[in-house]
Amino acid sequence: MNMLLTKARSGLLMGVAASALVLTSVAAHSETIRWARVGDALTLDPHSQNEGPTHTLNHHIYETLVGRDIDGSLTARLATEWEISEEDDSVWIFRIREGVTFHDGTPMTAEDVVFSLDRARTPPSGMAALHAAVEDVTAEDDHTVHVRMSGPAPLYVQNLTNTFIMSKAWAEENGVEVAPDFAAGEEAYSVRNTNGTGPYRLVERDPEVRTVLERFDDHWDDTPEVTEIIYTPISEAATRVAALLSGEVDIVQDVPVQDIARLEQTDGVIVSRGPENRNIFFSYDMTSDSLASSDAEGNPFATPEVREAMSLAIDRNAIRQVVMRGESQPSAAPLPPFVNGWTEEMDAFSDPDLDRARGLMEEAGYGDGFTVQLDCPNDRYLNDEAICQALVGMMAQIGITVDLNSQTRSLHFPLIENWETDFYLLGWGVPTFDSQYVFDFLVHTREGSYGSFNGSRYSNPELDEKIQALATMTELEERDALIAEIWEEVMEEHIFLNVHNQVLAYAMRDGINLDVHPENQPHMTTITFD
Amino acid sequence: MTDFTPETRPNIFLRAWDSDIAYSFRRSPLAIVAAVVSLIIIFAAIFAPWLAPHDPFNPASLNLMDGFTPPMEPNAFTGNVYWLGTDDQGRDIFSTILYGARISLFVGFMAVLFAMALGITLGLIAGYRGGWVDSVLMRVADVQLTFPSILLALLIFGVARGFIPPAYREAMAIWVLIVAIGLAEWVQYARVVRGATMVEKNKEYVQAARVIGAHPTKILVRHILPNVMGPVLVIATIGLALAIIAEATLSFLGVGVPPTQPSLGTLIRIGQGFLFSGEWWILLFPALTLLALALSVNLLGDWLRDALNPRLR
Amino acid sequence: MLAFILRRLVQSVIVMLTVALVAFALFRFVGDPIASMVGQETTLAERAEIRQALGLNDPFPVQFWTFLSRAVQGDFGISYRLQQPVMELILSRLPATLELALISGIMAFLFGVGFGVYTALRRGNWLSGSIMTVSLIGVSLPTFLIGVLLIWVFAVELQWLPSFGRGETVYIGDWWRTGLLTPSGRASLILPAITLGLYQMTLIMRLVRAEMLEVLRTDYIKFARARGLSNRAVHFGHALKNTLVPVITITGLQMGSIIAFSIITETVFQWPGVGALFINSVRFVDVPVMAAYLMLIALVFVVINLVVDLLYYAVDPRLRVDRASARS
Repeated sequence: MNMLLTKARSGLLMGVAASALVLTSVAAHSETIRWARVGDALTLDPHSQNEGPTHTLNHHIYETLVGRDIDGSLTARLATEWEISEEDDSVWIFRIREGVTFHDGTPMTAEDVVFSLDRARTPPSGMAALHAAVEDVTAEDDHTVHVRMSGPAPLYVQNLTNTFIMSKAWAEENGVEVAPDFAAGEEAYSVRNTNGTGPYRLVERDPEVRTVLERFDDHWDDTPEVTEIIYTPISEAATRVAALLSGEVDIVQDVPVQDIARLEQTDGVIVSRGPENRNIFFSYDMTSDSLASSDAEGNPFATPEVREAMSLAIDRNAIRQVVMRGESQPSAAPLPPFVNGWTEEMDAFSDPDLDRARGLMEEAGYGDGFTVQLDCPNDRYLNDEAICQALVGMMAQIGITVDLNSQTRSLHFPLIENWETDFYLLGWGVPTFDSQYVFDFLVHTREGSYGSFNGSRYSNPELDEKIQALATMTELEERDALIAEIWEEVMEEHIFLNVHNQVLAYAMRDGINLDVHPENQPHMTTITFD
Repeated sequence: MTDFTPETRPNIFLRAWDSDIAYSFRRSPLAIVAAVVSLIIIFAAIFAPWLAPHDPFNPASLNLMDGFTPPMEPNAFTGNVYWLGTDDQGRDIFSTILYGARISLFVGFMAVLFAMALGITLGLIAGYRGGWVDSVLMRVADVQLTFPSILLALLIFGVARGFIPPAYREAMAIWVLIVAIGLAEWVQYARVVRGATMVEKNKEYVQAARVIGAHPTKILVRHILPNVMGPVLVIATIGLALAIIAEATLSFLGVGVPPTQPSLGTLIRIGQGFLFSGEWWILLFPALTLLALALSVNLLGDWLRDALNPRLR
Repeated sequence: MLAFILRRLVQSVIVMLTVALVAFALFRFVGDPIASMVGQETTLAERAEIRQALGLNDPFPVQFWTFLSRAVQGDFGISYRLQQPVMELILSRLPATLELALISGIMAFLFGVGFGVYTALRRGNWLSGSIMTVSLIGVSLPTFLIGVLLIWVFAVELQWLPSFGRGETVYIGDWWRTGLLTPSGRASLILPAITLGLYQMTLIMRLVRAEMLEVLRTDYIKFARARGLSNRAVHFGHALKNTLVPVITITGLQMGSIIAFSIITETVFQWPGVGALFINSVRFVDVPVMAAYLMLIALVFVVINLVVDLLYYAVDPRLRVDRASARS
């Protein structure tokens, strides 16, 4: 942590010096970036929605206390330092950056931070779940904020990378002290108006059509090279790629995997790619007595042999090679490599062994196979439907007849939520970059805030206890050991039939340099031009 | 339409094949070509299991590594060669087109039959009974028109999902599609039949039949229906092309047959994603097949319209 | 006359109510809005709370009544997705759709009538045969494919026209944003208008041709010829004039389905109209927007129907309400 802090501080100094120098050259050198992706931010309110594209756009207008670098590490943004209090290990202390101003010219203080964190953790804010363990937030002085947790919470700071700081005075003036409520029946001022501290100011907002941002010259950090951002959502993949090829946009996010190779060969277009913090896996109902969509006697997925046979029948390399056109990282564990708890061994998988898989099916008493329905989203992950289709063929090799039910996300996810699916595809990102997040939502028995995406109905009280213990452990080595222990059990049980880790690609006009962000949140401030 | 004696009226099959039409068919090279093309496609679709070299609907027979094989070239991994190449799942495009055309045609024919049955029945009733029955039915038709067919199909799909148990959804998807497309098209038939019925019912021969106590159903089926079969046939032919295209459009919106059993439309929707990536064959061949099918059916419809119009003979 | 109008108005209201009822009844099957509204960390209990707060757990009649009583006042609530008032959202998107529909309608009408007249007069000649056949391509390929192919050829390969969006727009008055007054706005309109209009053009062309052929056979035209009028006068002064009445009627009635069909075109071209708004709302299960959109479509249809009925009534009282033959 200390190293990071020094880095951030020197960055600040350099930023001040640089901005003084740059000021003169700015006028001559103005760069507009026309940026297209599949969907728009749902709102510009900083706390209303916990959703990727919304955060991505808002990161340009608002800022968070801590940021996420492209290698997954934390960076100092509006907080210059953060630590757990020495007197009380359930208190987090944040030192707030000095000399930061909002776009309306008012200075940002600890009061604004307290207000923002309170707003973010109060329903109907979409960010509330990430701050559930917060008891209260107080300003000790103009530039120190204390956050008291209900118990030791060593990972809390990881939850802050998408919680934006807004101006208290501005919010009060415009009647948006709490995040917008859908049931309220009227539009909140903060949905289309902003006042952040970020590197860009909002100039024009036409939802789903065009959003224009221009550089905020009083920003505290290094002056970015991009002076203007024109953000246009284009929902059709072919049209999006066409817009880049015809030179109507400069950067395209959400590039279809099949177009990557071709775009790379196109003159004047380059592609930047990197791993995403998101895994794609299948899971199944392991505990019910029988399956609603199956003709099988009993529940085949309850039999460990069947689950093992399935993991021997899936050909991850073929999916990578053909369905993903080489653009994925096949792995056996549902955990991206950035995340704490990941080891190389967990990723390892063997080549398909159909003979052994068939033998296991025989052993389990399902030698003649069985039928089951696979539920799959068709508009959520990269080539989700094609991955499911490929699995149908692979399962057919060991006698499992899979009926594919692929549908839109708003129909797919409730099936997992309501336990109405026997066999499903799910993608999972780990915004906290720690295994506990995976266990909390996918492995722990479904109760209270735990296990809401545990569609396997897996329930192991012993494991639950260990998972709960993780939350308050401050001794990191001990904690990592426990994480490894839990993973061993999870992998042993074959709760997940993991496919791969997604790889992201951004295509752009030649001459632009932009790296892929693991959470698919590219920052236009990081762009440089050749 | 000059023959008013019910007993000697030839049945509709004979009417359809009467010499005037056969003559007009012989005189129209376009109609002959269209008929030949549609017959070839229909024939190929019906006999797909015997004609196709592979069974693309059997997932166990697919090898994913065969995916993206260009036409007439060996696959880089497996060395297999396919006439028209393979798609993203390693399915032989030629076989998939035959099987896909089978699905498209089945959906098309069934949707037309459904729309026809519904439209003709309601049209006859509305036209014959008149009065409030007519008013209500025609208002229903207005409401139906108010609901654009695409929206209607989307919503019917949603409802079906709510009612059909998960295990049957995949099998039922095709029937839901048929109902959705058929339901969007019945109004046309109803309007034509109703109009004709209103004209015919006051003619002497119908009055006569009524006087001798013939049952209304019998009058409708024996006397009125044959008179409207011409225009109905024209609507049905065009409707077949429309239904096949509607199925393709719906697949674009994400509703339709399961991707493991693609129709021509689904194949085009999938192929469209490869337009810029260089795998042109995945889009081109299914699109050409659909174009050939829909175009020839439409041309037949056109020809039929002119041929059945007595004033244009 | 008054009684007729009243009856028609009552019927229109019933139609609107039915559409609202059917639409509303079906929404519950489209998906769960909550799934798209909250982040993955939200607990099941919190999801249930939001569902309750939105009134999604209320009995159906209660939900419907709430919806209706608000809708009558023009209040359709706020969008679950974009958090804006639905009415404002739809009104801001409507000009884009109307301009697209209008331009493609005009194009379809002009080309449709032109080709229709030509193919009717030159029946059997090779050019009219080709026009008839080629025009059928427009109805023999799905709209989305035609759109994508146009983008590929004219935007990517030739780079003549924009591939997406509306180009630069300017305001006329307070809320009507038009692309017709800027060069980039007009250029952006071309490809979507062709895509949307192709189907209508084919339809109109066929109709004009059929009507012309009918009219040309009538005694009235024969008399005109017998009177020694030139071909030109007969064709355009007499035949076409008689043909246009039903053609205009049907084109008018088609306006509604153009708006509906614009869903596909707008999605392909990222055209910021109500159709694209609707389809995005379906994906997100944004019930307030879906409901308002369907009511809007219903309203457009009802108004068009009403106007057509009144025109018929004014032109020919004998026709009364029966205009089935003109429609089919």
